[in-house]
Amino acid sequence: MYEMTLGLEIHCELKTESKIFCGCRNEFGGEPNTHCCPVCSGFPGVMPVLNEKAVEYTVRTGLALNCEISRYSKWDRKNYFYPDLPKAWQTSQYDLPLCKGGFVEYELDGKIKTVRINRIHLEEDAGKLLHEGGVSRIDYNRSGVPLMEIVTEPDLHSEAEAVAFLDGLKSVLKYIGVSDVKMQEGSLRCDVNLSVAKPGQKLGTRTETKNLNSFSAVKRSILFEYDRQCGVLNAGGTITQETRRWDDNKSVGYSMRGKEDAHDYRYFPEPDLMPVVLSGEKIEEIRKAIPRLKKERIAIYTEKLGLPLYDARILTADKDIADLFEGTAAVFKNPKKASNYIMSEIMRKGKREGSEDVEIGVSPAALAEILTLIDSGVISLAASKDVLDAVWNGAESPLAAVERLGLRQNSDSGELESAVKEVIAANASAAEQYKAGNQKVAAFLVGQVMKATKGKSNPKLVGELIEKLLKTN
Amino acid sequence: MKVTRKEVERIAALGRLELSEEQKREMEAHLSGMTEHFKMLDAVDTSSVPPTAHILDKVNVLRPDKAEPSFERDALLANAPERDGECYIVPRAVE
Ligand SMILES: [Zn+2]
Repeated sequence: MYEMTLGLEIHCELKTESKIFCGCRNEFGGEPNTHCCPVCSGFPGVMPVLNEKAVEYTVRTGLALNCEISRYSKWDRKNYFYPDLPKAWQTSQYDLPLCKGGFVEYELDGKIKTVRINRIHLEEDAGKLLHEGGVSRIDYNRSGVPLMEIVTEPDLHSEAEAVAFLDGLKSVLKYIGVSDVKMQEGSLRCDVNLSVAKPGQKLGTRTETKNLNSFSAVKRSILFEYDRQCGVLNAGGTITQETRRWDDNKSVGYSMRGKEDAHDYRYFPEPDLMPVVLSGEKIEEIRKAIPRLKKERIAIYTEKLGLPLYDARILTADKDIADLFEGTAAVFKNPKKASNYIMSEIMRKGKREGSEDVEIGVSPAALAEILTLIDSGVISLAASKDVLDAVWNGAESPLAAVERLGLRQNSDSGELESAVKEVIAANASAAEQYKAGNQKVAAFLVGQVMKATKGKSNPKLVGELIEKLLKTN
Repeated sequence: MKVTRKEVERIAALGRLELSEEQKREMEAHLSGMTEHFKMLDAVDTSSVPPTAHILDKVNVLRPDKAEPSFERDALLANAPERDGECYIVPRAVE
């Protein structure tokens, strides 16, 4: 039985406002070639100027991943010919990257594991090719988007470890605010280096599968490549070091034959960019700007806000959820109720099928208002779902939605009493059971009243009325 | 230093250049002459000079992260040998 060894290279687009070497907007989507200028379209004679935020974000990442930050780093040209790269070289960092060393802790099956980081460097993203018929169309909107490459040591040994690590890393990158880490939009992509060896023997020859853009593709491509390498070795063959691609639709990996010859990137120092020198003070300044990470937030939620650890973990799995919770709990002073509502209603509504991300369509202020409306008895829990639907991704306030939809619940006991009487009359046997001491039918009767009044009654009041009416009868 | 025929062919392949026999011969002579010329640097004693990444003394030439208007697409695409109003068009290039 062979053991697999994995090392990952993670490409992460940074969430800056402008591109790395020019002022064009760094934005996903947009009409082709509309976020472009002579610099990012690779016109001759143009001069790149480095975006300071891209440097700061890379250093921030290095600090969050326990790296050593280089006091002196420089730029290099990585030369290759492919039309996604208009200059025919990618401006990158070769021998003096911004961050070196480091490690990431992640959790798998309740155990904390560690992956060492080899380096983090900054480079520019390439454009996009759209293959149609006999031609390729080129869109350079993505060309020049700041791209951070995180290279791990070969410390992973299963597809489950790789995915758990990536999930942990993704969470950190989102927490520190350097990237929106949307795998579907390509702002987080992964290359997998994989080799196999019998336990105790030295590492085998590795292959590299490039450009995986979902956790599922990472997992399946690893299993495919592991099986393939084992098959080759078991048949007496040898593994060739090569670059491979993953076809996600067909679930097969394949070799990019003939590209090996072009693998000589002929790196040389970039003469158009000056080295980056970072002082100790500057590095400390960047360190201070790192937002609170998951661990610290869990501590605050459990210790200061009194939430169970279970809640704290679920709320902090995604930064957007954690931010929503904190913002809501700052206004609506019942953290547990806020937590319950977010874990049920918000997560149900924000989770799109097939996506690893949760999308939030409600502001902390609006959510606090909804919770206050429930708490003060203005609307029922059931009606709050309609209010949430109404304000989701919209400008309407919860209270305005309540009035527009007529969701204000009836707390008029006279009116309610007649509704309750009607329900009791229509459910005589249930009423008898209640009188005979069967408390369980109370919930049934409340439900019937709620149904009869289309969810607009105050269930607490209804319960009290049922008790009063059936006891005095 | 002599640049061999094999090296010329490899460099041409990396640059996606197709050279005739005649051109290869020319390149051999040109590149050999250039490397020969630069060899005069070897005569300078640099043992006391620290290595540098750049010939200029400047560091940290940075700009603030501020988006500015991009170029007119038509103006950019006007330089393309082939285009369709939205994109540059090149011969199909699939890795
Ligand atoms: Zn640009």
